[in-house]
Amino acid sequence: LRLDPPLAAALEELRLMPNDIGGTPPEVYFALDKPYENNAYELSQGKRLYAWYGCGSCHGEDGRGGIGPSFLDGWWLYGPEMVSVVASIHDGRPHGMPAFKDKITSEQIWQLAGYIRTIGAYTATTAAPGRNDDRQMRPAENRAPAAILFDQGPTPLHSDQGPSP
Amino acid sequence: MKRLIAILVVATGSFTLAACEGNQSVLDAHGSSAVELKQLIIWIVAACSLVWAIVMVVLIWALWRSRGGRFPARSAADQRMTFAVIGGVAATVVVIAGFTIFSFLTTRALSEAGSGDLTIKISGTQWWWKATYVNPDHLPSFDIANELHIPVGRNIRLLLATDDVIHSLWVPSLAGKQDLIPGRSNQLAIRADQPGIYRGQCAEFCGLQHSHMAILVIVESEVAFDRWVDLQNLPAAEPGDAEARAGELVFLTKPCAACHTIRGTDAKGVTGPDLTHVGSRRTIGAGLFDTTRGSLAAWIADPQTLKPGNNMPLVPLSSDELRQVSAYLASLQ
Repeated sequence: LRLDPPLAAALEELRLMPNDIGGTPPEVYFALDKPYENNAYELSQGKRLYAWYGCGSCHGEDGRGGIGPSFLDGWWLYGPEMVSVVASIHDGRPHGMPAFKDKITSEQIWQLAGYIRTIGAYTATTAAPGRNDDRQMRPAENRAPAAILFDQGPTPLHSDQGPSP
Repeated sequence: MKRLIAILVVATGSFTLAACEGNQSVLDAHGSSAVELKQLIIWIVAACSLVWAIVMVVLIWALWRSRGGRFPARSAADQRMTFAVIGGVAATVVVIAGFTIFSFLTTRALSEAGSGDLTIKISGTQWWWKATYVNPDHLPSFDIANELHIPVGRNIRLLLATDDVIHSLWVPSLAGKQDLIPGRSNQLAIRADQPGIYRGQCAEFCGLQHSHMAILVIVESEVAFDRWVDLQNLPAAEPGDAEARAGELVFLTKPCAACHTIRGTDAKGVTGPDLTHVGSRRTIGAGLFDTTRGSLAAWIADPQTLKPGNNMPLVPLSSDELRQVSAYLASLQ
């Protein structure tokens, strides 16, 4: 529940590739055992923050997209890595994504990034955020919902899908 | 031995009396519905005590009598037994029917106060209370957290709602409990008959900090209430000195403003408590501390140690920034 301030400060030290896409999370993230991907509490906090900070006004309340890109289609403009998502929220991206580094704390940015990556996950995980109170309009976060839709391997493609999303 | 008994009597007596007083006690009733409920409690306890005493007397008498060993004729015993059973059943029916009618009447008296002439929306959140005062004459409504001001002697209608989990509003000195249920809107009618400060508490377990979810109800005269409403309608006070001005800048440029509103500034977050007049409130953190500059600074410096699990994040601030922000917030009278 309480992240020590030195750890929170260390979480800011992303090592991004020169093009700001991909890279390595800070050492402390591995030392903590990747809590923002593996811990249901952190994922739930991310889900709450997604609604709190109005992410849905551009990306859709259920992540289906709108003015901003969708999180459901399995297509990541800046790659699916955790660091890329964190960097997108922290520093913003061209064409409309604002920088949140002065608006929310670094811990909250990591929580949000962890949750956002579960929205359109390809693979099942054991950790999931809390369920919605209202009707779930998309597959649950910890299932492997999109595998059949996005797997281009030997398994047959979904009939609605082209060769790539 | 006599002295021991005397001490025990005095001790238990003072404990019992202590529970009857204070600003959060069912037995210290100062609201119309609380008085009705108190009467119900006292009558039921009295009737049950009387029944218990009678049963005990009859039991002791029966045990005493059977020592005699003199049995009357069988038919006479049967007849007496029949009378005793009929009498017992009749007494039980009368007592229970009496309780039922009495509690029906009390319930009706509770809802009669519902023709309220002042409506306040109350929203329970993990773990604090938000109260929204709707101004009658098209002024924008204003929000306040963890504190309720009401005029004495007027019927107040509280509209209760929540978005997360079930909470329950309970101000024992003024009214009974009423649940706040997601997706439902409940009502509670209160009328305070005496000015004072009454403490309320969430009465339905709602998570980690359920115990730190208190609300103060401040009952004041009509004049004082109107003055308070006028004050609350104003935007936040301009910071007076340089330190507070710097604090305002810190508040607006750090993550604070993403969740908190201070009317009159650019801080427009709606997910945290409205801080427009935070310095004028009696407590912070839903009854966690009295509002002082020191407690505000402590709360901002490390909210997760003081109230673990609450939704206020630890915002990294330098010691100067912390001093400035706390001076600014304390100045928001």
